[in-house]
Parts: sequence; C-alpha cells; structure tokens
Amino acid sequence: MQFTVTDQGEGIAVVHIAGRLNMVTAPRLREVVAASVAAGQNRVAVDLSDVDFIDSSGLGALIGGLKTTRQAGGDLRIAAPNEQVRLVLQLTNMERVLTAYPTASNAFHG
Amino acid sequence: MVPIRPARSAAHLLLLRVAVLVTIALGANYIIWRWFFSLNWDAWWIAVALVLAETYSLIDVALFGLTMWRARDRELPAAPAPDLTVDVFITSYNEPVELVQRTAQAAQRIRYPHTTWILDDGNRPEMREAAQLLDVGYITRGADWQNRPLHAKAGNLNNALMSTEGEFVLILDADQVPLPHILDHTLGYFVDPTVALVQTPQVFENVSAGDPLGSQAPLFYGPIQQGKDGWNAAFFCGSNAVVRREALMQLGITRYVLEMERAVTRALTGAARVLARASRADDAQDPIVQTALHEVGAAIKDTRAAIAAGETIGHATYTLQQRMAAVSRDLVAVDLHLLTLDLAAIAELELETDADNGVPVHSLELLAARDLSPLGALESVQVLLRSIDVDRSDEAQPLMPLATISVTEDMATSMRLHGLGFTSIYHHETLALGLAPEDLGTMITQRLRWAQGTMQVLLRENPLVQAGLSLPQRLMYFSTMWSYLSGYAALVYFAAPAVFLCFGILPVNTTALEFFLRFLPFMVANQILFVISSHGISTWRGQQYSLALFPVWIKATTTAVANVVFHRPLGFVVTPKTRQAGANPWHLILPQIAVAVVLIVSTIIGGTRLALGLGEPIGTLVNVAWVVFDLLILSVLVPAVRFQGSTPKETTR
Repeated sequence: MQFTVTDQGEGIAVVHIAGRLNMVTAPRLREVVAASVAAGQNRVAVDLSDVDFIDSSGLGALIGGLKTTRQAGGDLRIAAPNEQVRLVLQLTNMERVLTAYPTASNAFHG
Repeated sequence: MVPIRPARSAAHLLLLRVAVLVTIALGANYIIWRWFFSLNWDAWWIAVALVLAETYSLIDVALFGLTMWRARDRELPAAPAPDLTVDVFITSYNEPVELVQRTAQAAQRIRYPHTTWILDDGNRPEMREAAQLLDVGYITRGADWQNRPLHAKAGNLNNALMSTEGEFVLILDADQVPLPHILDHTLGYFVDPTVALVQTPQVFENVSAGDPLGSQAPLFYGPIQQGKDGWNAAFFCGSNAVVRREALMQLGITRYVLEMERAVTRALTGAARVLARASRADDAQDPIVQTALHEVGAAIKDTRAAIAAGETIGHATYTLQQRMAAVSRDLVAVDLHLLTLDLAAIAELELETDADNGVPVHSLELLAARDLSPLGALESVQVLLRSIDVDRSDEAQPLMPLATISVTEDMATSMRLHGLGFTSIYHHETLALGLAPEDLGTMITQRLRWAQGTMQVLLRENPLVQAGLSLPQRLMYFSTMWSYLSGYAALVYFAAPAVFLCFGILPVNTTALEFFLRFLPFMVANQILFVISSHGISTWRGQQYSLALFPVWIKATTTAVANVVFHRPLGFVVTPKTRQAGANPWHLILPQIAVAVVLIVSTIIGGTRLALGLGEPIGTLVNVAWVVFDLLILSVLVPAVRFQGSTPKETTR
C-alpha cells in the first residue's frame, strides 16, 4: 500500500494509491486528503488505476475526503477505477455520487 | 460449551407446529363468532373495544406462532481462522469508572486476539486515565461533533468505527462482562460472507431469586430470538453481539447515497419554489437583484436537468456551488441591510432541529412559507443549497453506519442490514454477564426507552413496506412492534369486568355455554402453545409485565408519535436515577393502583348487586374470576416497588 501525492498547481493535487484501499488503509487516505487541503490544495484527484481492491471502508474514506475538500470550497474526484472498484461503486450506488474520470490528470480539466 | 437450554428435537418442533395451527384455528373460530354473532351493539362502546382488544391479542398470538414455526438451535460453529482482526467496543456514558474497568479487564482476558476500546461518551478524564492504566484504547467524540446531533449510543459507535480498523467488532454495554471464549464461539459464523451479525443473549448476574423486576428475558433471549433466527431475522440487541465491519460500512455508504439523493432533490425543488415567490416581490425590479435571481434560477434548473439526465450528484452539486459562489460575489455591493435582517430570521430557523435525535425540521417548508425579500430569499436559497451539499455538513461525519432514526439504534440497524441482503445469527449461549436495573424507577425508564425506540422505527421505517426484506422478516420485525401496543388492550381487559360488575352491562351477547364452548378451547390451546414454546422456561413474569406496565407502553406510543410526526423531543419520564433510600416508589405505579382499586370496588358492587337480585349469577362469577386474574397480573408490581437492590445503582441511558 502506497500513497503518492503530486502537486499539479492551481490548488490541485493528485493522490495516487497502489494496492488495497480497505479498512486498514482507509484512515491513511483520510489523513493524506486532510494534509493536502491544509496545504492549500483543496481540489484532490484520487488516482485509483493501481488500486486492485476496495471495500466499503475505502469508499468511506473517499466520502470523508469529499467532505473535507468541499468544506474548503474544493472537490474530490476519482479516476481510472478498475473492474472490481467499479463493481463496488455500482453495488453501493456510489456511482450516483462520484463521477469516475478516465485519468487523474484530467479530472479537473475534463 | 454449556448451552442454556437443551436442543429441540424434531418431535418437539412438530408438536409445536401442531399447537400453532390448532391455536390459530380455534382463535379464528372464536374471533369470527365474536365479531359477527355475539357483539352486544346496545353497549357498543365497550363491546367494540373488547372485540378489538381480543383481535389484537389473537394477531399477537398468530405472530408468536409464526415466530416459533422455524425455531432453530445452532451447533457451535467451527473454530475461526486465527488471523481475523477484532475490535472490542465497550460503550459508556455515565457509568462508574470501576464498573467500566471491570468490563475492560474482562475484555482483555478474551482469548482470541483483539484490541479493546472504551468508548466514553461522558468524556471523563478519570476514565481516560483508567483506560491508560489498563492499556486499552480510549475514544471520545472529536470536535466535529460539537453543535451537531450526537445520536446517543449510535453516534458513539459510529464515531469509534471511523477511528478503528478491525474486520469485526464486538459490542459490549459498560456492564456486560464478557467470558474469555466469547469470540472463539462466535467468529466462526462469519465464514459465511453474508453473515453480518452474531447476537448472543443478555443475561444479568445481579438478579435475586424470583426476579422481581422481570429483568431476565428468557423467552426473548431464547425461543423468540431462535424463532426469528429461523426466518433469518434475529435482531441486533445493542450489546453482546459481533458485527462485521464491512456490512456496517456498506450500510453507511448506501444510506449516505440514498439520503444525499433525497436531500438534493428536495432542496432543489424547495429552492425553486422560494425563488419563484421572491421574484414576484417589488424590489425584485432592481436590475442587480434581477440578474442574480435569474442566474440562480437558471443554475437550479440546469442542476435538476443534469441530475435527471444521469449526472452524478457530486458533479452536479459542485457545479451548482461554483455558480452560487459567483452570484454571491456579484451581490456583495447590494444593500446589505435587508440581508442582515433576513439572515437573523434564517439563522433562527436553522436552529430548530429536533434536539433529541437530530432529525432536521423541514426548514425547507419553513423557509418557503416565510415572506422574505428577494435578497433574503436568494440568501436563504444559498443556505439551503449549501446545507444539502454532499459533505452532509449538518452531521459530524458523512457516514452513519448505525441507524440514527431511533433511540433503539440496534433494531433499526439490523433491519437495514437484512434489507441489504445480509444475514444474522442468534447464538444461544451465555457469553457475557451484565447488571440489571435494581429499582423500579430505572427499570421503567429503560422499558419506556425500548418501547419508544421500537415505535420510532415502526413510524419511520415500517418493516411491512421495506424493500429488500422477505415477508417473514417483515413480520418478525412487525411482531415485536405489535407486542408494544399491548397497553391499550390491557386497558380494555381491566375495564370490561368492572363495567359488568358495576352496571350489569355485558359486551358479549350470548349464553354462558356458547361463550365457553368457543372461548375455552382457544384459551387452553393458547396456554399449551406457550408451554411447548417456552420449553421449560417460566414465562409468567413476562406475561404479567406485558400487561401490568400498560401505562409505560401507552406513553411510549404517544410520545413516539409526538416525536416522529410533530418533532417533539421524546421527553423521558422523570424518574430518580438513583434509588431513593427507604422510600418505596409507589408514585410510579399510580395508574395501576387506581385500576386495582376500581377492580376491587367493582367486585364489592357486583357482589352487592347479586345479593340484591340485580346481578346475573354466572356472569358475576365469570367477571369476578376475570378480576382475580387481573389482580394477579398487577400483583407483580408489589414486590417490584418494595424491591431493594443489593449492589450500588447504575444509571442507564
């Protein structure tokens, strides 16, 4: 499990996650998003392309991040989910809340 | 393992089913005759009341029969895999530190590897210290919860779920001391990925012989839960249960999406209405205001269209917020005086939320109904739209896995879990020992709370119409709710014999022979059904309390309706939280004392009428017998009032 945060300028940060986004790693994502917002990057694109498994706690962290960014006047967007992630988004109806963008770098310039 | 009860045999189950069918058939025979062939319409006020009460009781028995139909005993599950992660939550509010310590120490002795946490809603420094000394985790509400609805125990658990990460959660009330093998005997069930919950009994160790307060619930934590289990409807009871985190989180997510969709749709509709009204006002002619109103109107319209066309709520609301922010910037120059006036009014409206469980009052309707100036309307629309943003800013955290619609969050939560397709297990083995209330006042407060919570669930999420539940599951939840309506039936059962003895008015229009021929077989079958179902457990104490506490049940239904429909706080009865030394709390049972006096006086009057040749002999005899039965029921309260607890009192929430 690894988080990489890239500053894209214009208050945009890309959080790249590799591995499993589950109950163990979810709190870490919340921290990363909070730190990003605290550093002035309140538009966060979460790159899910290398996430091979997500559970409801992982989704919970995405919602938590959405709350954090929105309260700072920004937004959280997700990009490039794989098949399993898409399925979970569908199963929980989260696909009705979060739009999945094709790539993280274009999430805010699509 | 030592189960509380020996397992049922196949023959026993067959016998039970025969008893169920016979009871329902005889009951139908009786009640149909009562409705269509024996109602005394001359005294319809008591006749109809009585037949309604009897119908209520028959439905109650039928639901009980359905519950028992598939009662199942479970075998001990296979030992769990060794590498599961488990959090043990001990929920506390205001219990003495030593009591929580005792539970925490026992939790540390649980054999299966786990992490123990004290969830201290009281936020007490001495509890934090105790947790540190014991080397167990300590969780309290963070700053996010300030000025937001706390949601009592559900909120406490939801808060802790966000800062822990075990795959499974064992939930314990502060007084429930777990046995070392509690996890070894329950985790094995979770091999089945659909299992979300394993509930074990709640048994109390401080109950004296005869159980004067009816604290043990051997019928519920036994045949009834086993029966519900047979229909995959075993309830979550708030403590002594293991829950799968993934199931809870999934519940939190799906509820979040559902509530967001509802809130956004409702707020957009409401905002459009407020705007339409505002644009008709005089000062809407101001060009700047006009432009702003137009832009906001267009934004709302576009958002509704986008959502209708399938755009995600996240994206649609973000775009909307950006446009609203732009409008706000343009308006800064405009007359601020009007705005401040309206803002004060709006701020007042926003404060009007249901203090008891945080259900927001429909500020939408309130706002729409007010005569705000166009500027004020604009601002109120913005407030409205901000409040329904996907960040759910009216709540401390966006995800509320444990249901917050009721003070009995446990039942509401398990119903939603079943609705999502998860299964539950009732494991009939005592794996924790708790402390029951030790005085009547606390006991009544506790029962009232359970009844109120159950009624809140009935009114907010009626199980009969919940999608995702099977018909038996719906009926299992409904059955428990139905049983809490017994207060009204009890009133009629107390009134009917008194009416006859005092005035000679019979609600039943028939001969004694015909009545007994129809009534007695049903009554006998009913009692036999109880004996077979209870499997050797004494159920008399429970039967007594279900009628004798009629004022509690009635109060529960009326306050729950006032709460759900009229947004009033539940307002608990004022009962002393600590036992009043030396004083027996007779004042807590004044209605029951009044009923007993009326029944005794009626008997005297009835006897006098008989002696004077006014009364009818058989009718008098039957009704005196009925009075004796009623008094036996009520007599349970005498030792309860006089009961002196032996250990220091705990308070319950």
